Amino acid sequence: MSSDDLDLAILRALQADATQSAGAIGRMLGLSQPAVWRRINKLKADGIIMGRRLDLNREALGYPVTVFLGVKLATKGRVSLEDFERAVTAIPEVQSVRHVLGLYDYRLRVVARDLADFERILRRRIMTLPGVGDVEANVLLSEERLPGPL
Amino acid sequence: MVIIMLDDTDRRLLRALQNYPDGGVQDLAERAGCTTATATRRLERLRDSGVLTGQHAVINWARLGYAVEVSLRFTLDKTSANAFDEFLAKARQIAEVVEIQTFLGRVDVRLAVVARDLGHYQRLYREQILMLPHIAEIEALMDVALIKSDERLPI
Repeated sequence: MSSDDLDLAILRALQADATQSAGAIGRMLGLSQPAVWRRINKLKADGIIMGRRLDLNREALGYPVTVFLGVKLATKGRVSLEDFERAVTAIPEVQSVRHVLGLYDYRLRVVARDLADFERILRRRIMTLPGVGDVEANVLLSEERLPGPL
Repeated sequence: MVIIMLDDTDRRLLRALQNYPDGGVQDLAERAGCTTATATRRLERLRDSGVLTGQHAVINWARLGYAVEVSLRFTLDKTSANAFDEFLAKARQIAEVVEIQTFLGRVDVRLAVVARDLGHYQRLYREQILMLPHIAEIEALMDVALIKSDERLPI
């Protein structure tokens, strides 16, 4: 395996299970523990590994509903984007915010306790954000994360 | 599904773990205000009961050389009985697809796709995406910036 291939193999392993030790990954790839550790640190320093995320059972934790919102801003300009972003990221139920180019300006991932709770979040928190125009909601039914081109 | 009752200690531990997933048990216990022994036991229980099913590394595709990230939203032709299954099976085979989600709403399926550059994306779009079965409509949203992505639950 080339050096780049080794990095990709390490990324694949950590993407599947980030709790694996450098030693365990090393044994799998035929590398020493310190060699894997150095590579992981380099991947972190280069910003390729952004961090870790927990895989949680959302139903068991009381958030069975996930909705993706496409949000179009009614007024544009640098100031309104910043205002919107600041306000939207402060909403605890908003899990992710992406600025996109296309039919919408932002894509939000929102969790809720049930549909009534979602309606409350939408009406009281999202629709009242500065500059909000059209909003489209799609309720998440299933989700798969794939390894991608690793 | 096993319903387990979570108390404040469980919630504090999960909050600490969401905020500091790299932290050791001792560090988490300190943040959650409990003993290391309690933290170890509680985390084990959360894992055994399927509340905490794992941890995965989050990869920055742009830093890895995939500068283009596109959300493709599909409406499928549902007159064919297996439209969803057939579409999803083929979509899973495209290496550049990093996420597949299905929805109730105007959009049926969303694929998150990464590409090295616009040329690569264009080839991918023409040669693989448009070849997927049962497509009625496609919309593309190109990612400009990630503003927030921690995906934490407000527990």
